[in-house]
Amino acid sequence: MTDAIKITGLTKRYKDVTAVDGLDLCVRQGELFALLGVNGAGKTTTIKMLSCLTAPTSGEAYLGGKSIISQPNEVKRIIGVSPQETAVAPKLTVKENLEFMCGVHGISKEKTHERVNALCEEFALHEVMSRKAAKLSGGWQRRLSIAMSLTGEPEILFLDEPTLGLDVIARSELWDTVRALKGKKTIILTTHYMEEAEELSDRIGIMRGGRLLALGTAQELKTLSGKDKFEDAFIAIVKGEK
Amino acid sequence: MKMLTFSSRTAKEILRDPVNLGFGLGFPVVLILLLTAIQANVPVSMFEIESLAPGMTIFGLSFMTLFSATLIAKDRESALLQRLYTTPLTAADFILGYTLPILPIALAQAVVCFITAFILGMEITINVLWAVLILIPAAVFFIALGLLCGSVFNVKQVGGMCGALLTNLTAWLSGIWFDLDLVGGAFKKIAELLPFCHAVKVEQAVCAGNFGDIWPDLAWVIAYAAVALVFAVVLFLRQMKRQ
Repeated sequence: MTDAIKITGLTKRYKDVTAVDGLDLCVRQGELFALLGVNGAGKTTTIKMLSCLTAPTSGEAYLGGKSIISQPNEVKRIIGVSPQETAVAPKLTVKENLEFMCGVHGISKEKTHERVNALCEEFALHEVMSRKAAKLSGGWQRRLSIAMSLTGEPEILFLDEPTLGLDVIARSELWDTVRALKGKKTIILTTHYMEEAEELSDRIGIMRGGRLLALGTAQELKTLSGKDKFEDAFIAIVKGEK
Repeated sequence: MKMLTFSSRTAKEILRDPVNLGFGLGFPVVLILLLTAIQANVPVSMFEIESLAPGMTIFGLSFMTLFSATLIAKDRESALLQRLYTTPLTAADFILGYTLPILPIALAQAVVCFITAFILGMEITINVLWAVLILIPAAVFFIALGLLCGSVFNVKQVGGMCGALLTNLTAWLSGIWFDLDLVGGAFKKIAELLPFCHAVKVEQAVCAGNFGDIWPDLAWVIAYAAVALVFAVVLFLRQMKRQ
């Protein structure tokens, strides 16, 4: 399996703070890779660098073979980002939000119609198609947010804490949505929820202080830490017990 | 194409907000009606509809600053802008997409003000059409201020800066509500250094058909519009880079 993302020595410093410190990582094509870590671990900064929102201080990353430093425009054509906050246009309807994102990706009108219908089908958005985004519940807004990030048919999808603040049912529904994307897209997921990472991911990377502490499947990380529960494994790894 | 998509979204977000429509279009009209009623009871030359309506078109533009600044600040806070920065949209798409759709809204607001004035007895002449068109530099100034404030301030700060401070500054320093000569001194000097009263004078001159009187006032307005636009673009690009 080829690498969709190849990161070497990626570093981001803000004055005295090193947010990401020499990150080396490869993510395989079609893999769902979760980045875990406590607040300030460097997860969001890593995603910001990979999605060309923030320039790295040093190091390099290639997405689909394109450099985030020298080919940001090419990178932007193959990625989709669903930010931590619900990033939707509030006074546009669900359909208009999707059409809007198709438009900013330069998709033709004919194809936009097809694309919007396909996404509504895939995300079961038909029942809320004509509702304004601001009037949707948090769960629906997140679902729309992810659908919007897929309008440009990206090869690589970044989901930054997609279930943050959602209730149990909405979270479970969103997990189904993410599961349905598995294998079709390379997905980078950041989350604070251990069960989410364990449930959805092919592999998990645990970060602290901008460094990657451990990498492997949920089972491998449990074995590494000698814990039965993944949450205990995470705590042990972050606290440096293993 | 991408810029037009973004412009269309900007227009929809603004026009679908009932508060925007109420304040932007309704408030200047209410003020024209109110001040005309005062004028009917206590005649004041500056509240005569021929002077008042052109002035009110300038005052109404201060709401365009509020609209654009609020939208940009909200987009920044909701991370919609962050999402859009990861798409193939360019800096020019963003800047034009935020500013261009507000221009027709500004001109439409002036048309509504003049229609109200016609109903209240203002003479219908071709000059009014020119007055709407010559509003463009002032509209660009106010829209650029919106881009600038939206790039720098959060939603709450925008409400204070543009919603309260700018609308009041525009009202006081434009010479619409009271004659600047009555206050005189430093107040008048400051007012004359700013573009508001010059923009009103241009509008009043054009409405009266005195096209020769638009200079140097129009030059002040154009200069302010150009400077505000340059600052707005620089600050927008700075916040874009910071994202």
